[in-house]
Amino acid sequence: MIAAYPITPQTTVVEQIADLVEGGQLDAKYIRVESEHSAMAACIGAAVGGARSFTATSAQGLALMHEMLHWASAARLPIVMAVVNRAMGPPWNIWADFSDSLSQRDTGWIQFYCADNQEIFDTIIQAYKLCEDKRVFMPAMVCFEGFILSHTSMPVKIPDQEEIDDFLPPYNPPWLLDVDNPVTHGSIVYPEWYMEFRYFMYEALENARRLIPEIDKEYARKFGTEYGGHIEKYMCEDADLIIFSMGTIGSEAKLVVNKLRDHGHKVGAARVRVFRPFPKDEIQKLAKNAQMLTVIDRQVSYGMEGPLHTEVKASTCSGKDSPLTAGFIAGLGGRDVTVHDIEAMVNKSLQCMKAGKVEREVNWVGLRE
Amino acid sequence: MTTLKELPTEEYLLPGHAACAGCGATIAIRLAQKALGPRTVFVVPACCTSVLQSAFPFTAFSNPCLNIAFEAAAAAASGVVAAYEARGVKDVTVLAWAGDGGTVDIGLQALSGAAERKTNFIYVCYDNEAYGNTGFQRSGSSPFGSRTTTTPTGKREHKKDVPMIMAAHGIPYVATACVSYPLDFVDKLKKAKAIMGTRYLQVLTPCPPGWRFSTEKTVELGRLAVQTGIWSLFEIVNGKFEFSTPSVALVDKTKRKPVEEYLKHQGRFDSMTPEDIEELKRWIDASWEKYKKLQQKL
Repeated sequence: MIAAYPITPQTTVVEQIADLVEGGQLDAKYIRVESEHSAMAACIGAAVGGARSFTATSAQGLALMHEMLHWASAARLPIVMAVVNRAMGPPWNIWADFSDSLSQRDTGWIQFYCADNQEIFDTIIQAYKLCEDKRVFMPAMVCFEGFILSHTSMPVKIPDQEEIDDFLPPYNPPWLLDVDNPVTHGSIVYPEWYMEFRYFMYEALENARRLIPEIDKEYARKFGTEYGGHIEKYMCEDADLIIFSMGTIGSEAKLVVNKLRDHGHKVGAARVRVFRPFPKDEIQKLAKNAQMLTVIDRQVSYGMEGPLHTEVKASTCSGKDSPLTAGFIAGLGGRDVTVHDIEAMVNKSLQCMKAGKVEREVNWVGLRE
Repeated sequence: MTTLKELPTEEYLLPGHAACAGCGATIAIRLAQKALGPRTVFVVPACCTSVLQSAFPFTAFSNPCLNIAFEAAAAAASGVVAAYEARGVKDVTVLAWAGDGGTVDIGLQALSGAAERKTNFIYVCYDNEAYGNTGFQRSGSSPFGSRTTTTPTGKREHKKDVPMIMAAHGIPYVATACVSYPLDFVDKLKKAKAIMGTRYLQVLTPCPPGWRFSTEKTVELGRLAVQTGIWSLFEIVNGKFEFSTPSVALVDKTKRKPVEEYLKHQGRFDSMTPEDIEELKRWIDASWEKYKKLQQKL
């Protein structure tokens, strides 16, 4: 069951689905709802009614859904949603940054971030596998940058339906809305019980943390594409400096690593694919031997810094010899982040590493004077 | 017409519900469950029913029930309907069961969307004319002159006519009802159940603490609402408007009891001036004229 409401740049998704449904290639119910709030409400109804559910949105649409995001996760429904990342207005802006999905950090949704179109496809299949695992039963967002990926054509390998069905068993959760086995969903819970419900959600995301690499490996065995579980790591093993980023910036960062390695700098790149559950242990391990971490955020948390920067610091601060970190806010509202920009960030970080201290923790990249 | 003897003796509303004494909405639930039967699923947004079904780990509902956010009943019900259609489940009635706040105010967009999409479900608005669950604040369904906790000197606007809004969507079935006329309500639910598409019912459910009347007068107040004509009972089947039996004779204005007989039992109307009462009477007459024209058209 798909329920969706159009918003740029998500429109390519809902239009394509409409073609597939009306062309008979996709056997699905498609509700063209009158708002994103209703889109998520309909997904919730369908998930409880016994249908695998999907929607897609961007920016303001995701913000309008906010209440229902909590409803979906707290009802433990394995809904998967594509979030085509777009900057929040005002001022109106339809281009990419992560201000929409990262604003939804604490809704309980698992969050994946993709770097190319093949990864989007593969991650959606993996997300259903993860969310429908009884140890998880939580919803997931598969996020990717608007226009950069949503309006870019790339060859994508799509496995046969039978292969996918083999990987992803039929949707059959044990708590359906069923007249022969009546249950009440979501009634009032008093303080004596409420915290336990929240603990179970916490536990579910801890389980998801463990399962994500397993599912990634299983998918790779079957379909040949592997993404490194939580983090795509590129030349991190011996790196003195690691570039942390999410989404397509992570692909660009690899080019910078190649160039700087040619110049003798031991640099690596870590593209964080999963923001919730956050791979804190893995990052701690990854950063153990590094001296410097360069963190690029396509979003800012006002009054603090880039959210990825905060999480990377939180993941690495417990050791005695924590690496230095420098945060870079870049590419908001679709501003291009080029290889040269990333190279400049890394060069600045290398200077900090040499000096043994970071003068400015938060750096805005490419601001007009 | 269903007779009292034909009503199922099975009780689907189980003992232990948490409703107030004299609650009209609870009567409506009990009747709806009897009329629609056990193969019915409820979708309930924030409203008195969220509370009166009782709290985890208990429930007074023997029907499956999905509780959902305030403005989301019709949209969530659309999802349930789609899932059942996808699974080939054909013999289950999906019933969105919402209060007037969740219907005429915050939930109207989702309801309109679901009706426009011809969603195959029954939507019942049980109308206690305010946000009862939160302490009786004003809603778009509160009548003119009524005191609520957010209109402490009396509401200055008239009740929103949502049955007419729903009729304008061209849905196959719209009806009004009142718990004081239980067999009429049951008949309408049964008729609705047999029709495909979006079916909308609005049932008046007197509320003792909110309307401020003594708990034994619930049924009497509902009758007076109909007899004075402040609430009229009708059906619109495939666009054809028809007054229901208790309201048929009241098309003649002289057959209606004076509205004061309805107002005087309720504390919520005790700040009304004689001018306010005249304004309310004017509105009642105008409503009847509006409905009469609909009937005459056919």
